Amino acid sequence: MKGNFIDNLPKVYGIYTGGFLGFIIIMSICEQMGMTAKTIGICFVAFTVAIYAIIGYLSRTAQADAYYVAGRQVPTVFNGMATAADWMSGASFVAMAGGIYFKGYGYMALLVGWTGGYVLVASLLAPYLRKFGCYTVPDFIGTRYGGNLSRFLAVVVLTVASFTYVTAQINATGTIASVALDIPFQYAVYVGLVSILLCSMLGGMRGVTWTQVAQYIVLIIAYLLPVFWISNKMGAGFFPHFMLADEVARIGELEQQFGFVKNAAADLKTVPKGLAGITKAHSAVNATPWAFISLALAMMMGTASLPHVMMRYFTTPSVKAARKSVGWSLFFIFLLYSSAPMLATLSKLSLIDPTLSTGIIGKSIAEVQAIDWYQNWNQANLMFVSDFNGNGTLELNEFFMGGKAVVLATPEIAGLPYVISGLVAAGGMAAAMSTADGLILAIANAISHDVYYKIIDPKAETAKRLVVARVLLVVIGFAGATIAALEIQGILGSVIWAFDFAMSGLFFPLVLGVWWKRANKEGACAGMALGLLSGLGYLIWVRNGGSGFLGITQLTFGIFGSAVSLVAMVVVSLMTSEPSAATQRMVDEVRVPSGKSILGKQH
Amino acid sequence: MSKQEQHWEKTRGLLMITLAIWFVFSIGIFLFGAEMNEVTGPFGYPWTYWFTCQGSLGIFVILIFWFANRQEKIDEEFGFSEREED
Repeated sequence: MKGNFIDNLPKVYGIYTGGFLGFIIIMSICEQMGMTAKTIGICFVAFTVAIYAIIGYLSRTAQADAYYVAGRQVPTVFNGMATAADWMSGASFVAMAGGIYFKGYGYMALLVGWTGGYVLVASLLAPYLRKFGCYTVPDFIGTRYGGNLSRFLAVVVLTVASFTYVTAQINATGTIASVALDIPFQYAVYVGLVSILLCSMLGGMRGVTWTQVAQYIVLIIAYLLPVFWISNKMGAGFFPHFMLADEVARIGELEQQFGFVKNAAADLKTVPKGLAGITKAHSAVNATPWAFISLALAMMMGTASLPHVMMRYFTTPSVKAARKSVGWSLFFIFLLYSSAPMLATLSKLSLIDPTLSTGIIGKSIAEVQAIDWYQNWNQANLMFVSDFNGNGTLELNEFFMGGKAVVLATPEIAGLPYVISGLVAAGGMAAAMSTADGLILAIANAISHDVYYKIIDPKAETAKRLVVARVLLVVIGFAGATIAALEIQGILGSVIWAFDFAMSGLFFPLVLGVWWKRANKEGACAGMALGLLSGLGYLIWVRNGGSGFLGITQLTFGIFGSAVSLVAMVVVSLMTSEPSAATQRMVDEVRVPSGKSILGKQH
Repeated sequence: MSKQEQHWEKTRGLLMITLAIWFVFSIGIFLFGAEMNEVTGPFGYPWTYWFTCQGSLGIFVILIFWFANRQEKIDEEFGFSEREED
């Protein structure tokens, strides 16, 4: 039956996709027949979450290798989709187009960084870690370098990085659930958490894999459909990616015409928190080369060190498949990332071009305040206008918007039916849930497998191990939700920190573990500990008013952390004795795809 | 030199080429971002803008598939590719 399922995957997900499209059509018919916007929103979120829960239930398992690595039989293309969903977080889905909209070129370093990192994953790490046959990333570190200390330090770095990331994801599920279901955020966070746990608790990695594929399909439809629709409706071109050059140029013209007027500090104080105005050029280069490159570099090295991504490549049937699968992952990510700048362009032009019917700049303030969608999004605290200069007309510098509004509000502004907004809510929920699942699972697996099984109780039976793994899953989820409910950090800030933490502690210990035979336990431990501590120290220093150096900011502190990690690892390795002959043979084994994996199928 | 050493040498060579291409399109071209953006590129977008939205991203996708194929050829050449059973 299991073999059957794998063979039938294209059919199963084909039917699923058809069913989802059918659901969208039914919803749009319901809308025509007078179903309220609120009911449509509830239907979209409830229906999709219910499907994920069913998939999660059907994937339940009592086997260690199914729970930890989905039985290592996930075909390349499907693993690519699952990785793409795992990768693209609530931030990618909801906040990325907004970031591009407000910050332009300086922000687009993230697009380059979050894709370029996959080249490092494919060439430096994924195939070798797959050959190794580990269950978790610390499993590789612990076996390659030997000793409980190295294993434990890897778990610490993994937990710090992933936990920073996961609170942002639970926060995002909470935000969407609270809007779509119309419940207070403090409760919505836990609704989000329960949905997340439904996918992963019974089936572990197997459940997460098959729900992530389903979530990818929902999120990509939810992102692309509005972009194409808006572009066609505005007459900007039927295939926006290749046809928006005139629109990009037109935004440049309008920027020239309006100019970026600086607002007085007293005026800005009246703008609600979290909203921003358009203050940066859309397509012009507005950052120094180093600011752009350092951010891209930090994100690329962070990508190659984040355990929840790496562990997706442990689930492929072979080393060859792991390599190809990285390519597919990036292809599926590319579909969304290349659309985000197009959405930002369409959204901005439709708002600021006075010659378009949707344009609001140049209209009278009273007229704008009377628009339906303005009132809705103003109430949701995502839009704001104010007549600073008192001339009664809305100027570019008098219009403020939240970053999320670009994705959430543009369909409504462009006059698309509400069913699209419901679809976008379901897409955002899918994006945030799939990433949260991957992250919680990465942490819980590392603690249950590496700390509990490998260090505390190596004789534990499979059944007991899996109970521990599931208990940890729930505990970590609740811890994340509790912190998310406090609303300390914005979605994107903590996401970027996670990359910096991961690269500070793990990048060089992972890469050198494969590519430098001389690297030893002492070096790896020094690299992980000093890398993480120096990165953290730098972040705290800069956050407390430190000036920083070499233009390294609180968003790129991983560059400093990983440099310290590299130096510490090389120096300490060379000062201590070289790894044993057995370890060196192990590294040789890892470097060729054929032959048995280092760790057994069940370990 | 043993078969394994030769295999690793070739693998390392491929890695260097891959990383060089990666470096050019993720870092190298952005040293000249401001200058490059003055010139009209594919589909009428300014060059730098196009690279950040589509160009570099698409090149990375192609690069990974190209790398995977080349590495497979190297593995086959030395008889290190996996058996098809799994």
